[in-house]
Amino acid sequence: MQDDNAPISRRKFAEELERYRKGSVSRRHFLGVTGLGTAMAVMAGAMPMLRPRGAHAADLGDRAVLATWPNYHDVENFAIFQKETGVATQVNVFGSNEEMLAKLQAGGSGWDVFVPTNYTITTYVDADLIEPLDLSKLPNYDAAAFDARFADAGTVNGKLYAVPKNWGTTGMAWDSTKAKAPFTSWKEFFDLTMTDFSGRTMVHDYQLTTIGNALKYYGYSFNSVDPKELADAEKLLLQVKPHLFAISSDYQPSMRNGDAWMTMCWTGEGKQMNRDIPEIHFALGKEGGEIWSDYYAIPKNAPHREAAYALINFLIDPQVNAREATAHGFPVADSRVNALLPKEVLADPILYPAADLLNVQEFGAAATLTDPNRAELMARFKSA
Amino acid sequence: MTKARARWLLLGPAGLWYAALLVLPLAVVLVYSLGERAPAGGYAPALTLAQYANLGSRWTAFQNTLVLAPVGTLAALLIAYPLAYFLAVKSNPRWRTALLVLVIVPFWTSILIRSYAWIFLLGGRGIPALLADLGLGDIRLINTPFAVLVGIVYGYLPLMVFPIYVSLERLDKRLLEASSDLGAPPWRSFLQVTLPLSLPGVATGSMLVFILLMGEYLIPQMLGGGKVFFVGNALVDLFLQSRNWAFGSAMAVTLVAVMLVTVTLYMRFLSRIGAARDDVGLM
Repeated sequence: MQDDNAPISRRKFAEELERYRKGSVSRRHFLGVTGLGTAMAVMAGAMPMLRPRGAHAADLGDRAVLATWPNYHDVENFAIFQKETGVATQVNVFGSNEEMLAKLQAGGSGWDVFVPTNYTITTYVDADLIEPLDLSKLPNYDAAAFDARFADAGTVNGKLYAVPKNWGTTGMAWDSTKAKAPFTSWKEFFDLTMTDFSGRTMVHDYQLTTIGNALKYYGYSFNSVDPKELADAEKLLLQVKPHLFAISSDYQPSMRNGDAWMTMCWTGEGKQMNRDIPEIHFALGKEGGEIWSDYYAIPKNAPHREAAYALINFLIDPQVNAREATAHGFPVADSRVNALLPKEVLADPILYPAADLLNVQEFGAAATLTDPNRAELMARFKSA
Repeated sequence: MTKARARWLLLGPAGLWYAALLVLPLAVVLVYSLGERAPAGGYAPALTLAQYANLGSRWTAFQNTLVLAPVGTLAALLIAYPLAYFLAVKSNPRWRTALLVLVIVPFWTSILIRSYAWIFLLGGRGIPALLADLGLGDIRLINTPFAVLVGIVYGYLPLMVFPIYVSLERLDKRLLEASSDLGAPPWRSFLQVTLPLSLPGVATGSMLVFILLMGEYLIPQMLGGGKVFFVGNALVDLFLQSRNWAFGSAMAVTLVAVMLVTVTLYMRFLSRIGAARDDVGLM
């Protein structure tokens, strides 16, 4: 890590810019907060000359619209898919599951494939926003290849609605040169934020993880919607707020340039920072926290349904998925893919934490997503 | 065709435009604001004022907006006036166009990109590092209300410069000569001739900047680190995060109402000043 006072070098700036240009994490924030992602999708749809062209799209059509997370695919794969099928993939990037849900609830999203997280799928089914999958069109899907805990949420009321993409955890990343001892718990995370790390900590702009981890401080469930427990979490968050550097899910730029020393952090991003700056460490809370699994799904009324099936089937092909995993660095649940990945990756403690640490983590719950009290708590915390 | 019919026909397109893009959306927002949040988020029909009763929970957002919008407008005015004065009165006419273009040039780049540049400038390796080298200690700028203020003043400065520039440029130079001939020192000429005559520009610029600041969302989000919350930020969160469309609509209606009241008061105030000025002539 560079010393605090050194100005950012021209090269570093160029790298940052390049990271942003390549659709790295800062775009989550960038596109998320501005709605530019959606605006771009709408524009591209409305202007024929901006539309990607397919060469030989017989029955699939010439494009598929994918709503996904930033830095979550190998762009090369989309080019190969287009070469093979003539279908150009148009990628929209999102900042939160709430935002994805809001867009689908509003209607007219124009998406063909989207990437919901485990705990949101029942809500999509209840709201009739998602389509049951026709497995005959997904020959590359092999249910037996998946650890059930990463695939379960795709099935609702006995019907398959979504197939697993990647899984991961939400832990904490910190600059080890600033810490006296490694962090191991959310209790330490919040306590040290109010002392040694005052003004240097970031929490997500995301109720699920920010409130969930504050609940873990007291040993409550990550998913609690109990008013009394939420009141405790709120007290802690309001107490911590003056000591925060920022409330933002775009933490990589601030962590990398040294403005922030610690942040709540998703697995793959922790790995990305650790790979570039080894002094940045990543750990899970030993009291628990979030473990998650993302899925591919098709919204109701997808304009290019056949292309959607073709795209999902292509992306879950083990060879293709191995390239995806190599590019984005998030763990894969598909054992066929893991067989193709290098041993060091599978042994990486950031990506694949020890079983005892993993077992105390909780999957988000549907009630957590839609609970009005948690939403209000987050708003009060942010506006305090 | 009668004259009356022709008039209606000609007004038609504008009327439709007005109805479809202003009246109708506002009506929808008004109806939504009386509804409820559906259990999984969104809008559920109802007839209740509960959303309005809950507005107090967003008081901080209104407070931040109602403080930073006027302060930002004032700061922009204090910086823009000397600049506009220089451009209109003191600069060499040969360079004037080029200088004016320089004021507009930043507008060619998205406010988003320019705000990102400010993140670097105000971040730990930017201006604070420079100040630390000068021995001013550990100063944090990014993610503070000050950073937001810098961002909004920077972002909206040209909107303030141009109206003032136009009003100063039109100023009849003979009035200044007359003032000088009658023995007024330059500062007096400025206070009694230039400043009053440029007030329409000041009023227009301030109004433009103030209205935009009241709805500001992007700059607080980017330079405030999610900690400096404006009404605009509260609205975005209500629609995209908590998906409480009813409450969001109630807040939007309230924001429109607050703006109508403030802007009306401001106009009243201006016309009173204008009337007072006319009463005594140019003093």
